[in-house]
Amino acid sequence: MPTVAVDKADLWERLGHEYTTDEFDKLCFDYGLELDEDTTAEVEEAIKKGLPAERPQLKIEIPANRYDLLCIEGIARGLRIFLQKSAAPVYKLVYPLGGESNLLTVTVNPETSTIRPFFACAILRNIKFTPRSYASFIDLQDKLHQNICRRRQLVAIGTHDLDTLTPPFRYEARPPKDIKFAPLGKDKAYTAEELMVLYESEKHLSKYLPIIRDSPVYPIIYDAKDQVLSMPPIINSDHSKITLSTRNVFIDVTATDQTKLDIVVNIVSTMFSEYCDEPYTIEPVKVILANGQTRISPDLSGRYMTAHPSYVNSCTGLSLSATEVSTLLQRMALTASVSPSSVDEINVHIPPTRPDILHECDIMEDAAIAYGFNNLPDKFPTTSTVAQPLAISKLSDVIRNEWAFAGWVEVLPLILCSHEENFEWLNHEDDGNTAIKIANPKTLEFQVVRTSLIPGLLKTIRENRSHALPIKIFETSDVVFKDVSRERQARNERHAAAVLCNKSAGFEIVHGMLDRAMKMLEIPRIGNDDLKAETGYYIKETSDAMFFPGRAATIFYRPVPANKSTISSIKHDIQTALHVNSDLKIGTLGILHPTVLEKFEIGFPCSALEFTLEPFKKQMQKVWTNED
Amino acid sequence: MSEALQQLLLDTLEAHSDINDTRSLILPGQAQPASSNEDQITILGALNSLLSRDMIQYETHEVLSHVPTAEGAQILNDGSHEARVWSVLPVQGQGDPVTPVQLKKKVGDETAKVGQGRAFKNGWIAKAGDGFVKLLSEIRDVTQVDLQEIAATGSLQAGEKVLADLRKRKLIIQKKGQWFTVHKGSKFSTSTAKPETDLTADMLATGSWKTSTYKQYNFDAEGIPTAGGALHPLLKVREEIRNIFLEMGFAEMPTASFVESGFWCFDALFVPQQHPARDLQDTFYLSDPKESLPPDADYYKRVSTIHEHGGYGSAGYRAPWSHEESRKLLLRTHTTASSAHMLYKLAAKCRGEAIENDTGEYTHGATSTSGQGEKVFKSDDGFRPAKLFSIDRVFRNETMDATHLAEFHQVEGVVADRDLTLADLIGFMRVFFSKMGIEKVRFKPAYNPYTEPSLEIFAFHPMLDRWVEVGNSGMFRPEMLEPMGFPRDVRVHGWGLSLERPTMIRYGINNIRTLVGHKVSIEGIEHSPAVMF
Repeated sequence: MPTVAVDKADLWERLGHEYTTDEFDKLCFDYGLELDEDTTAEVEEAIKKGLPAERPQLKIEIPANRYDLLCIEGIARGLRIFLQKSAAPVYKLVYPLGGESNLLTVTVNPETSTIRPFFACAILRNIKFTPRSYASFIDLQDKLHQNICRRRQLVAIGTHDLDTLTPPFRYEARPPKDIKFAPLGKDKAYTAEELMVLYESEKHLSKYLPIIRDSPVYPIIYDAKDQVLSMPPIINSDHSKITLSTRNVFIDVTATDQTKLDIVVNIVSTMFSEYCDEPYTIEPVKVILANGQTRISPDLSGRYMTAHPSYVNSCTGLSLSATEVSTLLQRMALTASVSPSSVDEINVHIPPTRPDILHECDIMEDAAIAYGFNNLPDKFPTTSTVAQPLAISKLSDVIRNEWAFAGWVEVLPLILCSHEENFEWLNHEDDGNTAIKIANPKTLEFQVVRTSLIPGLLKTIRENRSHALPIKIFETSDVVFKDVSRERQARNERHAAAVLCNKSAGFEIVHGMLDRAMKMLEIPRIGNDDLKAETGYYIKETSDAMFFPGRAATIFYRPVPANKSTISSIKHDIQTALHVNSDLKIGTLGILHPTVLEKFEIGFPCSALEFTLEPFKKQMQKVWTNED
Repeated sequence: MSEALQQLLLDTLEAHSDINDTRSLILPGQAQPASSNEDQITILGALNSLLSRDMIQYETHEVLSHVPTAEGAQILNDGSHEARVWSVLPVQGQGDPVTPVQLKKKVGDETAKVGQGRAFKNGWIAKAGDGFVKLLSEIRDVTQVDLQEIAATGSLQAGEKVLADLRKRKLIIQKKGQWFTVHKGSKFSTSTAKPETDLTADMLATGSWKTSTYKQYNFDAEGIPTAGGALHPLLKVREEIRNIFLEMGFAEMPTASFVESGFWCFDALFVPQQHPARDLQDTFYLSDPKESLPPDADYYKRVSTIHEHGGYGSAGYRAPWSHEESRKLLLRTHTTASSAHMLYKLAAKCRGEAIENDTGEYTHGATSTSGQGEKVFKSDDGFRPAKLFSIDRVFRNETMDATHLAEFHQVEGVVADRDLTLADLIGFMRVFFSKMGIEKVRFKPAYNPYTEPSLEIFAFHPMLDRWVEVGNSGMFRPEMLEPMGFPRDVRVHGWGLSLERPTMIRYGINNIRTLVGHKVSIEGIEHSPAVMF
C-alpha cells in the first residue's frame, strides 16, 4: 500500500480544524486510511537541538485502488466531503474561446501501436503553483508511476510548460537513432540511442529503460516545430519543463491500455485543477487517433450506476431508506439521488476520480464506510453446519501424537530447499521428473520444493549440535511431486519421517518407530515372502545410495482389497499363484550413508525413516475433495 | 568401615555420654588414636550422617599442625643430609679419606652438596688430604629427631623458632586440622539402622513399613526431569485454532496443493493480471513445470470475460487479458487459492453439473438458512450453505528478516450462505477472536481485490498499548462468485490471519527463525508450554 506524506499544518488548514494525533488517527481509521506516523515530535526534537528540520508531516497509508487519495489535495478533498464540510466538486471541461474548433490537437501516428498505443492529454490553464503544491504535483506523478502505472510499464505521465511549445502536437514512434533532444536536466542534445546508454548509470531512470529498449521504434511526442515534449516512459525534454512560475500545464499520458490511460489522465488533471484560476476546470485537447477518429481528452463524464437500497441493506444488515443511503453516498463523493420512478433505486454518478468503483457492491461498501463499520448492528450468522476435520489431518495427528508419546520431538523445517540438499547431498540423482523447480528464488536456499522430509530433519540436527545425544526428531508434513496428469502439474503428498542421531546408528530404533506407527494403524506385520496374507506391511533389503550398504530397506504395504468381491479374491489368488504382487512401496528406512552425514556436517551416525501416509487415510464421510 | 565407625561413636557416647576429643578415639582396625587429619575427616563423615538423623550433636575445633614435606619424610626415614654424609666417611686415621667425587657417588649429588656443608658446620667431619673423614664417632641427628616428633604429634616441644627454621628449609608445612567434641542428640540410640527414603514393594510385602522410620523429604528440591517427546509449539497453536473452527461447526478444506496456477491463485479471485502481488518480486513462479493444463473452458471464459470486459453488473478491469499469465504455475501466495477451488466445487450443483458422490457431499447435513425453508427446495438452485476452514503453508518471495520468512501458515475461514451481511461478518469475527482470547477488536475499511467490503481487523494490544492488525476479512466480490455459478443472493465471507503472529505473541518470540525452520532449538521445542486460548 502506498504511503503519502502530507504537510500537517497545510492539511489542518484545508480541513479547517486542528486535530490531535489520536483524533486524526480515528478519522483516518473510519475512512479507511491508516495514520502511519506523525513527525511532529521528531521535528520539535530536532529544533530543540538546533538541527535543520522540515515542517511536521503526517504519513498516511492509502488503499491501493484509491488513486484519488495519493496527494494532499485529494486526501483533504475526500475528508472534507466525508466530514460534510463541503460538497463533492464538479470537474468541468472548459473549451477555449471559439469552442471545439480552437482546441489544441494531438495526432497519434499509427506506428505507436507497436510500442505504446494509447495516448491522452489535458491542459491546466492559469494555474498558480506554490513551492509546496509544485512538490505535491511532482510527487503525485511519482506515486501514480509506482502504483497503477506499474513503474511506468503500463502508463507514463509527462508534464510541460505549454507556453514553451507550439501546438499542434504529434505522438509518434521512431527508430531511436532518429530521435534527438536535450532531456530534462541536460543542456546538450542526445539521440535516443545515446540516452539509453547515458541513463544506464542513473539509478532512478535505468529501471525504466527495459520497457522500450528492445523495440525498433521508441515513443516520442513533438510540437509543431519538432521540439520534443517527451520520450515516454523514460524522460521529458528540458525545453518544456515546468517550473514554479509555469501558468499553463500540458499533461501527456501514454499507456498500454485505455482504462488505465483514462484513470491516470483524469486523476492528474482533476487533482491539480484546484489551483487553476477557476478551480476544477480543465481544458480538453482533441486527439486524432491513428484510425482517424477523434477523441476529446480527458473524458471527465464519469459513469452513471443504479444502486438499490434493498441490496445495500441486505449486504450490510441495515434497514436504511433510499434517502439515508443517498446521504451516505454523498459523503463518499458520489453524487446520488433517489430515482423519481422507484423508491428502491438511487441514481449514482461516479465521478472521474473514483475508477475503483466497478460494481454495485463498491457503492454498497461506500455506504457502509460512511455509516461506520464499527457502528453496524451486532449480529451473528445463523448458518448451521456440521464440523468435519480432514482425514489426512486426523491421520497425521495420530502419527504425530504416537511418535511424541514414544519420546520423539516434532520439528518444523522449511518446505523449500536447495537442489543439492534435495538430491546430491542424499546421493540421489535428479531424473527431471520428480521435483518442482522455482524460477525466481531470491536465495539458493529455495530452488526446489522438497520431495523428502529427510533434508530438513538433517539440517535441524546440524543446527542443534549442542543438544545432548541421542537426538530423536520427526516431522509429518507435505512434500510435492511433479504430476503431469493434473491441472496444476503437481501433487502434494503427506509424509512422515524420523531421524535418530546417536553414538551408534540404531537401525532397529527407527524400525521400531515404523512398527509402532503401523501397530497404531492396525496394519499387521507380514513376512516379506508372504504372498498369501490379505493385508499388512513388511520391509525388504534394498540398495539406495542414501543409505549404508546392507543397512537399507524398502517399506511395502499391501492394502486391504477395495471390495471383497469374488473377482478381486480370484485376482488375489491368481497373483499369489503367479508370485506377482502389487504391494505399494511406501517408503524407506536405513542407516544414512557417511557421505550424506558429511554433506550435512553431522559427526554422529544417523538412522532415518520416511514413508507416505496417503494409503492410510481413513475413508471418512466425504465432505470435500481436492483430488482433481 | 563407616557403619563400624558410627557404631563406635554411638557406643562411646553410650559409655561416656560425651566424647571430648575425637583425636583420642581408636578407630576400628587401628592401634593408635586417630590423631591424623585423615582420621578426623573420616570421623566427620560419620558424625554428619548421625547428625542428619538427630542422633548426635557435635562441635568443631580447629587446630594448626605441621606435617613433613616429601623431603622431610625422606629425612624422617634416612636421616638428614649431613648425617648421611657423615655415615659414609671413615673415622679419622682409620681408612682412606673419601674424595668429593666418591662422596657424590655414595650419597647422591644433592645430599653431598647440602650435607657436606652442614656436617662441617656441626664439626662432625674434617678434611684429610684430598678427601673427608669423621671427626666424631657418635652424632645426634637433631633434624631427624625433630621431624619424628612432628610426624607423631603435629608439633614440637622445642617451640616455634625451630618449627619456623624447618618450614624455611621446606621440610615441613603447616596444615589446618579439625577435631570434634560429640554429645548425644535428641534421637540418640546405639542402633545405626538407616531411616527409609522411599516406600518399597518389599516393605509392603513384609509389613516393615509399619515400624520403619522415614527420612524427611526435601520439598525444596526439584523433581526429576521427564524424558519424553514433544510437539512443535507452532503446531500446538495450530491445533488450538483448528479446534476453534471445529467448535464453531466448520469443515476442514483440503489444501494439498502448494502449486497453483495464476488462474486459481489470482484470476478466479478477480485479482487483476497487472496486480503487484503477481510480480516476480512477490511470488515464486515455477521454471519446471511452467504451465498448468487449461481449467474448465466455460468457467475460464467467464473469468477472462469479467476481467477484460466486465459482466454480472461489473465494469470489469477492461485491461488486456493474457492466457499465458493465467496458465503460469506458481507456489500459492495464499490458501484463498484453495478456497476459490472449493467454492467453485460448492457451486457445481448451481451450475447444473453433477459431481461424483455428491449426495450429502456439500451439505454436511446442513440445510439452507435463508429463512425460506421449504420453498428453497421446491425451486432448488442447488446451493447449500457451507462453513469451511484451512490452516496450511503459503509462500512469498520475500526478503527474509526477523518477522518474515519465505513461507508461513495462513489460517483461513469461509462462510457461504444466502443473504449474509457485513454485520454478520463483524459479529462473527468478534466471537472468533474472543475465542482466541482477543476481546477488543475494531474494523478498518481496506482494499482487497477479491473482497468488497474489505476489512482489516485490529486488536488492542495491552502490552504495546496500541491497536495492531491481526487479520483481514471481507465479503467475496460478485465478480468472483457469479462466474462460479453462485446465485446472486449467495454471499461468502472470508477471513485470514497468519498462524505465526499469534504464536509469536503467545510465546513472546521476536525472531521468527527461532520458531520455524531448521534453526529452531530442539530444546526450545521440548520446553515450550501448552497452549490454551
